[in-house]
Order: sequence, then C-alpha cells, then structure tokens
Amino acid sequence: MISVKNVSYTYMTGTPFEKTALKNISFDVAEGEVLAIAGHTGSGKSTLIQIVAGLIELTSGTVEIDGLSVADKKIRRLVGIVFQYPEHQLFEETVESDIAFGPKNFGLSEAEISARVDEAMRQVGLDAALKKSSPFELSGGQRRRVAIAGILALKPKYLILDEPTAGLDPLAKKNLLNEIFGDVKKSGVTIILVSHNMEDIANFANRVVVLAHGKILFVGTPRELFVREEILQTAGLEPPPISKLLRTLNIDGRALTLDEAEKIILSTRKKR
Amino acid sequence: MEIIQVKNLSHIYKSSSGDKVALDGVSFSIADGEFVAIIGTNGSGKSTLAKHFNALLLPTDGKIFVDGLDTSDEKNLWHVRENVGMVFQNPDSEIVAAIVEDDVAFGLENLGIAPEKIRERVDLALDDVNMSDYKNFAPSKLSGGQKQRIAIAGVIAMQTKIIVFDEPTAMLDPQGRREVLEMVKRLHAQGKTIIYITHFMEEAAAAQRVFVMEGGRIILDGTPREIFTNVKEMKRLGFDVPVAVEIAERLRRKGFKLPQKILTAEELSEALR
Repeated sequence: MISVKNVSYTYMTGTPFEKTALKNISFDVAEGEVLAIAGHTGSGKSTLIQIVAGLIELTSGTVEIDGLSVADKKIRRLVGIVFQYPEHQLFEETVESDIAFGPKNFGLSEAEISARVDEAMRQVGLDAALKKSSPFELSGGQRRRVAIAGILALKPKYLILDEPTAGLDPLAKKNLLNEIFGDVKKSGVTIILVSHNMEDIANFANRVVVLAHGKILFVGTPRELFVREEILQTAGLEPPPISKLLRTLNIDGRALTLDEAEKIILSTRKKR
Repeated sequence: MEIIQVKNLSHIYKSSSGDKVALDGVSFSIADGEFVAIIGTNGSGKSTLAKHFNALLLPTDGKIFVDGLDTSDEKNLWHVRENVGMVFQNPDSEIVAAIVEDDVAFGLENLGIAPEKIRERVDLALDDVNMSDYKNFAPSKLSGGQKQRIAIAGVIAMQTKIIVFDEPTAMLDPQGRREVLEMVKRLHAQGKTIIYITHFMEEAAAAQRVFVMEGGRIILDGTPREIFTNVKEMKRLGFDVPVAVEIAERLRRKGFKLPQKILTAEELSEALR
C-alpha cells in the first residue's frame, strides 16, 4: 500500500519565484487498484507523482510505501515511473538493449534479464521480431511501447504512468490502453494513472483523485465524480461524452459505458 | 476561388533501409476561406502533407499550387511562405524568444518589416489571442494553451492567408484545447483558410470539411456529418464516433426509427422526443 499523508511542497522556497505546488495532500493507494490522478496543467500532478516515486525530496508530510519511508532507497525497486513522452528517453541501439538497460543496472543474471525483456515485450504487445531493430526505426506507438517495456522489465510493484497515451492516434491509443489494463494489469501491478481524459478514467480507474491548484478537490470512484459537475468545472476537466449525452437527453442516470447508457435510455423510453 | 490545388502529389522518403511512400498520388482543392480538418492514424501521411503547404517539403511527384504558385519553383518560395503560417504540436519547440512580444515579432523581423509596423502588428496579434497582458512575460512561465496562443499570435502577425495547424492540441489539457480551438474558429470567421490536423474527433467536427487519410491517400472527403456518421468506416480505422452517433446506431438496432444522419446529442434528443 502507498500512503500519502499531509504532503505539501513549495518550489524555490525563500526566493521571489516561490510557488506552492501541493497543499496538504493525503490519500492511499491500495494494492492491485488503478488510481487515477486528474487535474489541469499546473495542478500539481507531476510534482505529486515525483514525490511518490522518491524523485523529489519531501519537505513536509510523509509518504510510505509498503511501510517504508519514500526516502528509503529500497522503494526505488518497488516503484516504476513512466514519464510523459517516455520514448524521448530511448537511447540504445536495439530495442532489446534499451529494455534491458534497467534490469542490467539491478545486477540481474543474463538469463533473468533476457526472460524479463521477453515478458515485458509480450505485455505491451511488441513483436519479438523487433528485438534487434533500432528503436528509432519504429513508429511512435511502438517506441512508446519500448519505453514502457523498459520500466515493466524492472517488475515494479507500483507503476506510475504519466499521460501514457498523449499524442498517439486513436487506434494506437486504444491498443496501448488495452495492453496496459489487460496483460500488464493481470501481472498484479498496482497502477497510478495520471490523465485528464475522463473517458479513460471512466473505463479503467477504480478511484480517482482530482487536483486543482495543488489541493485535493475529490477522492472517490469515477461514477461518483461524473455527477459532480462543479468539481469537474473547478478542476478544468471535461465530463466524459456519455455523461454529457445523458444530460442533454435530460436523463438523470449514471453511466460509464455505452452499454450502460443504452440500457438507461431504453428504460426511460419504455416508461413513457 | 481555390487557394490550394494539389495534383497527384506523391512524396517518397528515401533511406538506407528502403524507400517509404508517405504520400501516394493525392489530389484535392481547398477554397479560399475554407476550414478543413485532416484525420488519420499515425503514419498515414498527414504531417508530410502539411509540410508541403509551405514548401518545407517538395513533391517527389505531382504538383501543389498555393495561391496559384507552384511550390516546387524556387522563385515562388518566398511568396508561398508569406502566405502560409504553420503551428506545430509542441509549443516549447516553436518558441524562440525570451519575452512573449519578441517571439511574436520574430517572423516579422525576418520579413524585413519596419519597426513601427512590427510594433503595431504584434500588439494587434496579441490582442487577437487575448494575451496582451502577458506581452512582457517569459514564455516559460505560461501554460501550454497560452504558449500555443503565442505561437498562433506569431502566425497572425505574419498576416498569412492560410494557417496550417499540425496537431496543435496534442500536448494540452482540456482547458488549453478549448482555448486553441476557439482561436482557430475565430480565425476562420475572420476569413483565413484553415487546415487543421488532429486526433481529436470533436475538434475535427468543428471544420466545414474533413479529409480522412490512410496509407498516404485521402480515402474520405466530406462534411463532418458525412464522415462521422459513417460508423463502419470510422470503426475500421479505429476512430471513435461521437457518442450520439453510436447510441443512435444501437437504438436503431433495438427497433427505434431514427434518422440516419444524427451527429450530436441535441439532434438525438430531438429525434427521441
């Protein structure tokens, strides 16, 4: 479990550029769940995930991961973080060596590294035939997969994904999400998904934390969130298209999926 | 009047690992003042096409005429670029100056325009994108949406007839996306010709005409209504159709008699009444 308690963070304290990025943030992430973090640009999302991953030193509050303080170096093996546009960080000559880079630094055996590369590639839907290709010859969607596989090969217990589908076309986006929330999720990893796409949150998250101006506005299920229009508005987020449609149809129901929306519309039509 | 004419345009990227056909005999015309959105999967040729409009790329085969000028004729290059402004995906890689107003002025300085004229055009352009209050700010202190508006102001100041947007909202949050799309609609209302590449279907729906690209060709060309109610083809390409279209389709299967061309929630609501 990840437990975040009373975390505040200020950049450049004591200078004219001082900026409070987080104010009194508390929430838990349960093992095996998908927790989404949503908020506009500058809401503090990136600062928060870097604190949880131990990349920014805490100045106020506590973060514990499986009972260990986030300052403990051991947590580096528990938490994997995939930044936005992670493919910009690819640098090795082949797909295989890029994915193997992290596990190698962990000092694993050759056989273990090779097995982990194979498994990570399979999880993100990369064809094994691409192992010897240069990552720079691949399509955008494939490069993104290579970068994510590089983190999965570290077998983190907690995986933080910062806008994993930004900039991908709709088909590549759909495929990647299906892989992350299919094969990757099945491996038992706990996922923190940073996103401002309410549709993705509706489809994949168990719970969602909404941040605005460094504060938590809401913690709960997507279903609870999408009827709280004032929260979405304050946070600069768009309700998912299905919620908007039901509102236009003057139907006071909660639907996350098209199937649910269809059922609700059919039931209101029959009643009339 | 047609401001852009593309005739049998092909573009082949040559590399040691083999040639790649990015555009495969594309032909179309765009009228002066038209707002055209281009959608398609990555690698379908959208960005390659975009770079032909201001001669950043030249055709391997075929021709493209901008305002009647052949882009592959070197003596037309200057005039073509004076007519076509470009806004790209990543605002951070477009912004060159340390102060907002310097950035907006950059293109004008290159055109050799008199300083007092530059002053005037920069002020107007910043006013146009509602960023006058930020003219002395460092661009790095702005949000993504604000940075894109600065990039757009730079193009407005150039007073080009045509503006090409290549996924301008891909890196923005919902608020930033709204700001940019509003700006684009306004530019269109002012008479600019807009070519707008996007992965967001709701943005493409704001255009008058939509091209769908696949494998270096334009496979569909129609109004947003014609394109987005073509559920079968949209699904084959992996695109989402608007929720209202999807729900209308499902209700028809359940025996509801609904018109074929429902596109928006409002229209569905009307039809169900």
